[in-house]
Amino acid sequence: MSEKRRLVALAGQPNCGKSTVFNGLTGASQHVANYPGVTVDKMSGSYRFKGQKVEVVDLPGTYSLTSYSPEERVARDFILHEHPSVVVNVMDASNLKRSLYLTFQLLEMNVPLVVNLNMMDVAEEAGMRINVDALSGILGVPVVLTTMKKKQGREELFETIDTFSEQEKHDTAVRLDYKEMEPFFREIQDILETETSLETDYPLRWVAIKLMEGDEEIYDIIGRHHADAAGFLADVDSMRQSFEERFGVAPEIHIARCRYRLADEIFAASVAVEGQGKVPLTEKIDRIVCHKILGPIVLVGIIWLLYYLSIVQGYNLTNYTWPLLAKIRSLTEAITPAPGFIDIPLIRSFSLWFVDSVNALLNYVPIFFILFGLIAVLEDSGYMARMAFIMDRLLNQFGLHGQSTLPMVLGGVYVGGCAVPGVMACKGIPDERSRFATILTIPMLNCLAKVPLYVLLINIYFAEHKGWAMLFISTISILLVLPVAKILTLTVLKGKETAPFVMEMPAYHMPTIRGVLGRAVERVWLFLKKITTIVAAVAVILFVLLQFPGLGPEREAHYEAQKTTAIDAFQKAIENTSFAGALSGDQVMPFIIYWEDFASAKMAAGRGKGDDLKTQFEQRNPIFFQVVSRQGAEGKTAFNAAKKLVQTRKMLLMEMRKERIDNSFLGRAGKFMEPMTQWAGFNWRVNVALLSALAAKESSVATLGALYDQGEEGAQTLEERMGSQEAGFTPLHALALMLFMVLYPPCLATAIAVKLQTGSAKWMLFSMGYPMALGLGVAVLIFTGGSALGLSGLQAMFAFYGLALTFTVAMGFVRDREQVSTRFPGKACWEKK
Amino acid sequence: MGETEMSTLDQMTPGTSCRISSLSARDKLGQRLLDMGVYPGLEIKVIRNAPLNDPMEVELDGYCVNLRHSEARLVMVDSL
Repeated sequence: MSEKRRLVALAGQPNCGKSTVFNGLTGASQHVANYPGVTVDKMSGSYRFKGQKVEVVDLPGTYSLTSYSPEERVARDFILHEHPSVVVNVMDASNLKRSLYLTFQLLEMNVPLVVNLNMMDVAEEAGMRINVDALSGILGVPVVLTTMKKKQGREELFETIDTFSEQEKHDTAVRLDYKEMEPFFREIQDILETETSLETDYPLRWVAIKLMEGDEEIYDIIGRHHADAAGFLADVDSMRQSFEERFGVAPEIHIARCRYRLADEIFAASVAVEGQGKVPLTEKIDRIVCHKILGPIVLVGIIWLLYYLSIVQGYNLTNYTWPLLAKIRSLTEAITPAPGFIDIPLIRSFSLWFVDSVNALLNYVPIFFILFGLIAVLEDSGYMARMAFIMDRLLNQFGLHGQSTLPMVLGGVYVGGCAVPGVMACKGIPDERSRFATILTIPMLNCLAKVPLYVLLINIYFAEHKGWAMLFISTISILLVLPVAKILTLTVLKGKETAPFVMEMPAYHMPTIRGVLGRAVERVWLFLKKITTIVAAVAVILFVLLQFPGLGPEREAHYEAQKTTAIDAFQKAIENTSFAGALSGDQVMPFIIYWEDFASAKMAAGRGKGDDLKTQFEQRNPIFFQVVSRQGAEGKTAFNAAKKLVQTRKMLLMEMRKERIDNSFLGRAGKFMEPMTQWAGFNWRVNVALLSALAAKESSVATLGALYDQGEEGAQTLEERMGSQEAGFTPLHALALMLFMVLYPPCLATAIAVKLQTGSAKWMLFSMGYPMALGLGVAVLIFTGGSALGLSGLQAMFAFYGLALTFTVAMGFVRDREQVSTRFPGKACWEKK
Repeated sequence: MGETEMSTLDQMTPGTSCRISSLSARDKLGQRLLDMGVYPGLEIKVIRNAPLNDPMEVELDGYCVNLRHSEARLVMVDSL
């Protein structure tokens, strides 16, 4: 292999344009993973320079390198343990002063550092003139200026990284002077030097600074490397205390202040600013966007636009992409063994089921692509921070976070979202407890796939009050999400890490097309890779559960007899026509397939293109064509007989399918559960529909369709069939079922997303289990409670709405224990994790 | 204690400026405030409160930070 591994780590504060630099350096060769054990993105890529392959890792953006947040821990551990050949400290040049705070910490870690001042165009526009030589001289590291968005300075950055990683020794000139604290550091360093072997792995001065700062993780490291850790740490604690008593300031405050002061000095010595005084554009925009009245209006407008562009326009786009997927299906139909009269080859039905399942998911790709692109725009422009700013008060009341807004919008706050991107968008929420609460409640929102069942039930049972019922179902979910989130926060999530809400309000930026498209493609790809495989696997399992053990021999014989009768009848009807020979015996099946192909081709072509079709089918089989096009009196006779035959076959197939489901493992499970679910008003058919919806919610209506099918003329809609066949079913039943669907466990794609975002299978199972229990509880309350009180469906609806609203408001007032720590120093009582 | 003009950041009205005198937050929040540039001695300007009054936006030396009132309560300030 190569002589020496070249590894470049990019470190920088959030919003410094680090990902632009990363894209600029690595081009298209990137991949995303998670850091082991945490759900922090690990972006890595590579490039070649002068024949040498260089690996680049984009560390999470952090303001500092303490151990209080997973991002900071990840960034810090990477720098300490992976020994990158160069760390490139990316900075927003227009925010130089504040960026130095992180630079100093990197310097203290003794890493080979290159400073990259990015976004020079913004800095120049703001009237900043930066003296690179002065800055580089003071810091003692190379400084490279870039405007990566326009690829300016890229070559120079490549070159600097290259020459710098060649060097063996790096001596940094700047050494932060912590003044009064220096003697403390020296004392700690001396002890560490004599009593531990930490020196080989860690820069001792850095360890000393971190100890005085009271850094949690350093305490752990000492615990592992020092024979008498407890005694030593107690000494450190008393040193911290004595510093505070002598100088009247907490050690960590003193350290931060020294860093900021030095940043001020360096800024003054290396930067000249001209043309101050005008109100920046960002502030002008914020006067509207964060305005007390206009702000929320703008927010609603932007959310509406997001829905409109992704859900509405994305759906229109699927009209163009669906034929592509349909082609895959017809290709599958063509290459799998042809169906028999009533015996469909297993490989065929399985292949089609599989393709249908995957297609159902792939159909969402255009929607996701637009959605992910728009999220990237919101992120890059800086509006996301404003969204959090406006919504935080309300959401925080329920244990959520300002940044829960976007995930909830994606999940379908009002109607028609999708929980998968919703859960994925939770990544950015810095507060772990709120993030979990958001992830766990998003599946209760109105995802697109729940809508068909609502529409079906409302059309049958609330036909006279459609408007009310739709309004109820669209808004009830948020009234369930908020209190449930609060309850989760107060119970199972109580122990989760919280983070203070101290967020930067970044200046607005114009997002770049490349950045936005790149991110959209990357996220869609990630979604496809991770989700499709799972959905495919589940499709297999569900197929088995619905298909087996299948029909018994005597039932098979029964259908076989029906088949013979139907074919005999057909042949008897045409025996006096000239088609008798052409449609006899083994020609029946090819004819039926021809018939069906013709029917579906006619349907697909629509009006107008009929002539092409006719010649095509006439060529394929001229005799069959005479029948399907009803040529002459004999043709008509044959056509009518054939029509009857095709319909009988269809009916037989449906009956068999229904019977197979009745008899299947899933069907048995549905019956098995009936004694329990009857309290919620669900009979076994409903149970089967609900079980089959585990893979994807749209399956519920499809399964009901199969179960309520009597294979009549097909003139009755599912609404009519269900209405007539379930005579005992009342609006109360329907309401219970709808509310169960609101609280239905996440579909498998979402469950996988939950696993990815929480990093644990345990939470995934919890996310599936608790809504099931809750949903059943609510359904029982509605059905059994409603029946006991003699409420009508509509009355029960209003009653439940009132109940949910009251409960939500009440939960909003429940106080959460104050999380803020004002503990006095003295870390002897440090809780070990 | 004892000082007369001492108030906390959450009490400041939008448009006013003040100087941070001390932080009573420690550990995670304290460190977070420091890392975001909230440290004693710095001049700070209150820009606005959110539409529902909380959180608030402040300007520190050229850049803007949001924080909740419950956190701003732990930042002691002297009005200017």
